[in-house]
Amino acid sequence: MLRTLFKWVVVPLLIVALGAVIVVYSVNNPTDSLVARSLTYSNVFKALNEHLMLMFVSMGGAIVVGISIGIMLSRPKLYYLGRGVENIVNVGQTIPSLAILALFFTILGLGFRVAVFALFLYSILPILRNTFAGITSVDDSIIESAKGMGMSPFRILKKIELPIAYPIIIAGIRTAVVINVGAAVLATFIGGGGFGDLIVTGLSVRRDMVIFTGASIAALTAILFDYIIGQVENKLVKW
Amino acid sequence: MIKLENVTKKFPGMKIPAVKDLNLEVKEGDVCVLVGPSGCGKTTTMKMINRIHEPTSGTIYIQGENALKMNPIKLRLDIGYVIQEIGLFPHMTIEENVATVPNEKKWPKDKTTKKVEDVLTLVGLDPKIYSNRYPVELSGGQRQRVGVARAMVSDPPIMLMDEPFGAVDPITRARLQNEFLRIQERMGKTIVFVTHDIDEAIKMGDTIAVMREGQLIQHATPGDLLSSPADEFVASLVGRNRSIKRLHLIRIREILDEVGRAKPATEDMSIDDIKQRIEESNIRSIMVVDRNNKLTGVIGINDLKKKTGKVATDYMEDIAESVTSDATLNDALSVMLECGEGYVAIVNEDDQYEGTITLGDLLNVVKEDS
Ligand SMILES: Nc1ncnc2c1ncn2[C@@H]1O[C@H](COP(=O)(O)OP(=O)(O)OP(=O)(O)O)[C@@H](O)[C@H]1O
Ligand SMILES: [Mg+2]
Repeated sequence: MLRTLFKWVVVPLLIVALGAVIVVYSVNNPTDSLVARSLTYSNVFKALNEHLMLMFVSMGGAIVVGISIGIMLSRPKLYYLGRGVENIVNVGQTIPSLAILALFFTILGLGFRVAVFALFLYSILPILRNTFAGITSVDDSIIESAKGMGMSPFRILKKIELPIAYPIIIAGIRTAVVINVGAAVLATFIGGGGFGDLIVTGLSVRRDMVIFTGASIAALTAILFDYIIGQVENKLVKW
Repeated sequence: MIKLENVTKKFPGMKIPAVKDLNLEVKEGDVCVLVGPSGCGKTTTMKMINRIHEPTSGTIYIQGENALKMNPIKLRLDIGYVIQEIGLFPHMTIEENVATVPNEKKWPKDKTTKKVEDVLTLVGLDPKIYSNRYPVELSGGQRQRVGVARAMVSDPPIMLMDEPFGAVDPITRARLQNEFLRIQERMGKTIVFVTHDIDEAIKMGDTIAVMREGQLIQHATPGDLLSSPADEFVASLVGRNRSIKRLHLIRIREILDEVGRAKPATEDMSIDDIKQRIEESNIRSIMVVDRNNKLTGVIGINDLKKKTGKVATDYMEDIAESVTSDATLNDALSVMLECGEGYVAIVNEDDQYEGTITLGDLLNVVKEDS
């Protein structure tokens, strides 16, 4: 009981508190007026808000679309297509996130929506790949015994394939989140906002404190999400 | 009950068919054992019955109905299926695994729970201990039992079993086989049973279908197969020691009454009475039972010389292994060889003494036969 409380409440709160301490400290102790102007509560919260929106919208879309396509490709009829897609995805993953953003900038222009869309596409990749890999890794004999006992393909998917693949799918989501938080920092370059704004401001006015605040909150956000998903992952694997 | 008519199965891309023009009929309540070398098409034949594989040509009837025209899901819900690779679901507990078919059939929860407990007990797994374990926490043999339990939980009239006792040691295997036969005697299911062990086939089958290279070579009772094999192949499959193989066909209880052994000694019987009984009945050892007729030990004539004391318990030795009367004579022989003794004690399920079989008794049976 205490352990659960610790795992699910205390640790996340500690991470949030650490972020709050950093923000409160740097806003209240500016080294000079330039820092004071860049680091106001409203600036920080605007950045946080934009950053979370970037993440939630792009991740939410990526999870829904990635898992759906992954499931579709794992059906026997599309299996070979799935193998091909898997290879393309692996190649896609090696493209640096900044290059992806730049690419979308040249095609779609500036703005929050373009940034969300680019992040969305980028985050789909690990989720799709892991969903496909997780489902197709289920042993044939397991599927066959389920089929032989009279389970329909849909029931097999729901009761057997997805539950067995969950840990791998979650691991994919975890990878996507970490990539996503990192890439979201770059959104600033195409006018997407987020913590990137703070960091870029800090760079242009040459004030380490601003850079540090932006970077450390971005990092803590990544750590927090990674931690929470890790907990979910542990909870799902019982066997 | 199950009838295959001119069934052929050719897998795409294979030159020769896996099963060729097969005709086979399994009567209601019979155990039909498919036997033959690896790759001869046993598994393929079995999988066509529940339509995991669709035959390339031919027809399959189940209870007079054309199975190929039935809804495959409905068909499979009423056919218990034990696959060669066991195929337990790793993310479900043993209880959840066994409850698969009841859940598909939407049984009420309490009925499912009760039936799952019953069937686990039936295959010799204590539900209290095993219900909440995961398959990885079980031994290979225990997993196989779960596989069997899962197939029979909803009481299907037909069972398909692909080498269900493949992964266990010979002693456990013999015990599982005997349990299976005991259950089958009560349930009277129609069973197609695949093995490549001819001894298992002779022991388990009401009929045996010998296959080679996708074709049915002979379908006969074990007795007929032993006495008149159809060709060289079948003869070599059943082997040269056919009279010894007959020991598989005879259950201990069938000869137990005839052998008429001396009565066992009780634990508090005096040593003089014991000596007298041994002499009178001309035996080399005598079993000892307690007040409830439970077998507790054995006294050999050597023990009488070596040890001292007044009553049976002073002279008694432990018994390493005994068998039940529904085991076959071959099981009895195995235990004798295992323990290096010329006798084996026969007990019932509650360990109560029922008699003794000696090597001489087995020799008599083999002699009569040949
Ligand atoms: N899904 C499949 N696709 C193609 N060929 C197959 C398939 N399943 C079986 N075969 C082939 O059909 C033949 C018969 O196989 P089957 O599994 O029925 O043999 P078996 O008698 O059960 O052998 P074993 O005792 O080794 O289990 C083999 O030659 C095998 O390679
Ligand atoms: Mg096989």
